[in-house]
Amino acid sequence: MSRISPWSTPALVVLAVLITFVITAGPILVAGANPIEAYVAFVVLPLTSQFTLLEVLVTSTPILLTGAAVAIAFRAGYWNIGAEGQLLLGAIAAAGIGTMVGGLPPILALPIMVAGGAIAGAAWATVPAVLRVRFGIDEVVTTLLLNPVALLLVNGLLHGPWRDPVTGFPESPRIAVSAEFPTLVERSRLHLGFLVAVVVIAAAWYVLARTPAGLRLRATGLSPHGARFAGINVGATILGAALVSGAIAGIAGVSEVAGIQNRLTGGLSPGYGYTGIVVAMLGTLAMPGVAVAAIFLGDLTVGASSAARSLGIPSQLGAVVQGVLLLTTVALLALRRHRTRPSNVADAGPAGTVDSAAEVAT
Amino acid sequence: MSDSAPALELRGITKRFGDLVANDGIDLDVRGGEVHALLGENGAGKTTVMRIVYGLTHADAGEILVGGRPITVRSPRDAIRAGLGMVTQHFALVRPMSVAENLALGRPRGLALDLAEAGRRAAHASQRFGIRVDPSRRVADLSVGEQQRVEILKALSRDCRVLILDEPTAVLIPGEVETLFATLRALVADGLAVVFISHKLAEVRAISDRVTVLRRGKLAGTVPGSTDERELARLMVGRPTFGVARPSDGPAELASPVLAISGLHARGPGGLAVLTDVALEVAAGEIVGIAGVSGNGQTELVEVLAGMRRPTSGSVRVDGEDVAGGDPQRMMRAGIGRIPEDRHASLIGDLSVAYNLVLERLVDFQRAGRIDEASIRRHADELIERFDIRARPDDPVASLSGGNIQKVLLARVLSRDPRVIVVAQPTRGLDVGATEYVRSQLLERRAAGAAILLVSEDLDELLALADRLVVFYEGRAVGAMPRADVDLERLSMLMAGRGAAA
Amino acid sequence: MTFLVDLLAATLRNATPLVYGTVGETYAERSGVLNLGIEGTMYAGAFTGFAVAWGTGSPLIGLFAAIVVGILAGAVMALMTVTFGANQHVSGIGLTIGLIGVSEFANRLIFQGGELQRIQPMPTVNPLAGAGPLGGIFDQYGLTWVAFLVVVPAAWWILQRSNFGLEIRAVGENPEAADAAGVDVTRTRYVALIIGGALMAIGGAFFTLALLGSFTLDIIAGRGWVCVALVIFGRWRIGRGVIGALLFSLIFSLQFRLRILPEFAALPFEVLLALPYLVIIGALALSGRNVAYPGAYLKPYRRS
Repeated sequence: MSRISPWSTPALVVLAVLITFVITAGPILVAGANPIEAYVAFVVLPLTSQFTLLEVLVTSTPILLTGAAVAIAFRAGYWNIGAEGQLLLGAIAAAGIGTMVGGLPPILALPIMVAGGAIAGAAWATVPAVLRVRFGIDEVVTTLLLNPVALLLVNGLLHGPWRDPVTGFPESPRIAVSAEFPTLVERSRLHLGFLVAVVVIAAAWYVLARTPAGLRLRATGLSPHGARFAGINVGATILGAALVSGAIAGIAGVSEVAGIQNRLTGGLSPGYGYTGIVVAMLGTLAMPGVAVAAIFLGDLTVGASSAARSLGIPSQLGAVVQGVLLLTTVALLALRRHRTRPSNVADAGPAGTVDSAAEVAT
Repeated sequence: MSDSAPALELRGITKRFGDLVANDGIDLDVRGGEVHALLGENGAGKTTVMRIVYGLTHADAGEILVGGRPITVRSPRDAIRAGLGMVTQHFALVRPMSVAENLALGRPRGLALDLAEAGRRAAHASQRFGIRVDPSRRVADLSVGEQQRVEILKALSRDCRVLILDEPTAVLIPGEVETLFATLRALVADGLAVVFISHKLAEVRAISDRVTVLRRGKLAGTVPGSTDERELARLMVGRPTFGVARPSDGPAELASPVLAISGLHARGPGGLAVLTDVALEVAAGEIVGIAGVSGNGQTELVEVLAGMRRPTSGSVRVDGEDVAGGDPQRMMRAGIGRIPEDRHASLIGDLSVAYNLVLERLVDFQRAGRIDEASIRRHADELIERFDIRARPDDPVASLSGGNIQKVLLARVLSRDPRVIVVAQPTRGLDVGATEYVRSQLLERRAAGAAILLVSEDLDELLALADRLVVFYEGRAVGAMPRADVDLERLSMLMAGRGAAA
Repeated sequence: MTFLVDLLAATLRNATPLVYGTVGETYAERSGVLNLGIEGTMYAGAFTGFAVAWGTGSPLIGLFAAIVVGILAGAVMALMTVTFGANQHVSGIGLTIGLIGVSEFANRLIFQGGELQRIQPMPTVNPLAGAGPLGGIFDQYGLTWVAFLVVVPAAWWILQRSNFGLEIRAVGENPEAADAAGVDVTRTRYVALIIGGALMAIGGAFFTLALLGSFTLDIIAGRGWVCVALVIFGRWRIGRGVIGALLFSLIFSLQFRLRILPEFAALPFEVLLALPYLVIIGALALSGRNVAYPGAYLKPYRRS
């Protein structure tokens, strides 16, 4: 019988969750609630009824996609922190296309809208990716800076050309009925976007784990120099990963517009792009992990919003949990790397560069 | 504080890295006023024991005494306080900063940075020991010899009584070695103790009063500096010499060259010329050795041939086809096998041995758009067997020893039967067994008709393997000679940039 | 003329938080750590400063509380990246998410989502009020005066002319060398990150305690990321970073004034708001490949 190593990936992630719960017990106590009771409400209660269970899947849908988007980019060693902006561009495209495809049957309208959103997300990701690959400009800063710009673009449209002509509210016109994602389960909000997310995750898993392109991408992320030396076109690989990442984030935006809002609104995304980073890291940049992590965070989010009503804990605790969870996860990953791979003085490689891509994946 | 106590004494220093015992109960005493050499092969544990003394690594057991008093060294700061100074092999200098700033760094101090004081100290030391450096210059702009002088000044300006130098001559040309030795003699005349780490017998005999020899992490003995070379070699290796040497026959075929480089120029960062008008040819069945002090363009030449650096002009022909400026794929397709000096960076440490072995040619290992795991596995099993790699196919390369990492790279390259092999520092840091293995593989390829370009800083290695030597100095090929005609004096003059006309 | 005086006064005012943030981020990065926690640290500084000033009635106590939060945020970043050696990008994003979350959580607990609360903001000071028509430019908040006359010169002097600054630059450039010279790499990076965190938090608090006198949920709106870009734009030099902050602020202030002109009425103001962000991305793109990052940027240090 083999013992489970405390440093195995699942054990490490569970440990990160437990440490996070210990830390976030502080704010829960400040809010005057019992932490144990709160965690039961966050994690367990949403899983106990069909309605809330489906809500968990609804909430997981956008972060399944942004999590996969971020994970693919990070695996290639491309720090795409701009999934938020790419998602918003996908949403803009969906809202625009959605009003124009009224004459088409859903079988045509929906693919056009998804493709349009994917292209819009990829386009938004192009500028930082090209700047990085062609001119060596740090993508972290450029992808980050484009997030507020994307939000301004959304607000500019909503206050300008797309303002609702009837109510005057900053909301775009409602998309055509044939452009709405159908629901998967009756009398629930679970929509086609969830299925799209599952397909995307499965495809991403297959490409990363089973194809030469995926191996090239992983090799590039683990060691760009070594990959280039072995004849891999590192620039093209990074560019490809960045665009695919942007496209998937764009699809997340489509899914929110077509599945939930049916129009573009200013509050479309409460930071799904950033939550995607939490999902990707908690899932240790592997697609099965991303799936589990997204559903777990969906569970927490649904739990947190009902706990806000039942226990009086502000639902903003969800963001606190996400931040702390991200910190504990990367801290444990770093500790594992130092623990399991002590540097060998007699034959040390280049000074201990630590990279998340290398920490989590082989 | 008794005058008779050694300046530095080690008792039973032991250090393990995993299964490897780097130091096994090392005893050593170094007296004020002596140059004490620490002699041993690569990997004998010389550097490790001195890094322990200086607080850069921690011992698992043992005691360090300075002036007869036991001290605890947790960090270089403790070592500096105890009067120890060390010049590491890779200089511990902040390159974008000035000499004065480097001298001021880490000194006991007030709030304001007093660069004038650092300058005064530099002037004082240069007066006293004849060490010349301009404190206002940027370290990055200094020659390697000058940087070494800054390192020595740095130690002296902290009033060190024991100065440790790790392979100080490896980066110097012969003339600079003489200057260094003069400085060391002035230091010991002043009562300092100097620890001189080296694996070069002649130098050790020239400078040291006593020699302590390490062999595979163990103390092999301490002998007077006058001990003859043969005895020192016996202590160091435990047996006479390396068993691998080039067979005496000439190249297998002396037809037209397989690799022909001509008029090759390349520039480094800041537009500095790193290769200037390089021309050389390698025939099938020939090993051409590139000699030279490191940093004279050898690395850049290998990068150009590996497809990792774009030359500004010139041609690189393989069997007549010009591939200059090609990317790694193009170089590989032309038949160039590449084994550069940085073997870690040439592989992907976190990927498995099996994947690394096929990474150069993934197209050959895919079926219907998928990676063909089964054939990758078979390929790995076969190469592991053939090249005697001590690893399983699924082990990440980073978990292997240096010798096995080199074998993985060797297997990846040689399994493709390259027409040309470009190889740099192939045995640096390897143990005796792995060294012999790597050298015998290269000779086997030579016999099979490959054209081999061998870059090495180890003259013994070049003399053992190469048919011809080409000397590099400041990015130029300054002299060539068949191995049979090698005159060591002329060789070192060429390496020092003198006598190119001869 | 009034237009110009107003514009320049607004430029100095709007540059103030960017100056604090940029100087703080410069300290972190010169020590070898990219601190993407800056957005969250500014946010937490803005909220804490406001909440404490609201509770105590004293903006000065609010400022002090913001500084304490900034110090804590810097210390957490140091714990993550220096002690644990964790990835700097992700640690910074985690810190930002967490700090914004905690601030909004506390905001909800304290203010219950009720109507917008206000405090009496810090007053402006103008020693040059009588100095002719241009005197209006210098009608500025105390924190602005402090930023330009105290923080910038002091930060420059410490970094370039003090022993401690030498140590910060050395651990960011070559920690092995600094260690071998007897510098405590861990301690130096902790202190640099803590100083940086305190400055970032002051930058955030400037919004609530001086500029606005109130706290809203989108108060920082990416200005922390702007500071990260300004550090690169300024090539890790304090002076050039401040010039970058002034230029950014000039464009920002200019678009604010353009909005009210009839020629621009048709344009949604968001387009103009996006202008400074696009300008700085363009500036980064033009600065090109030759940016020399600190030698140990993003690299944790560990003795073998």
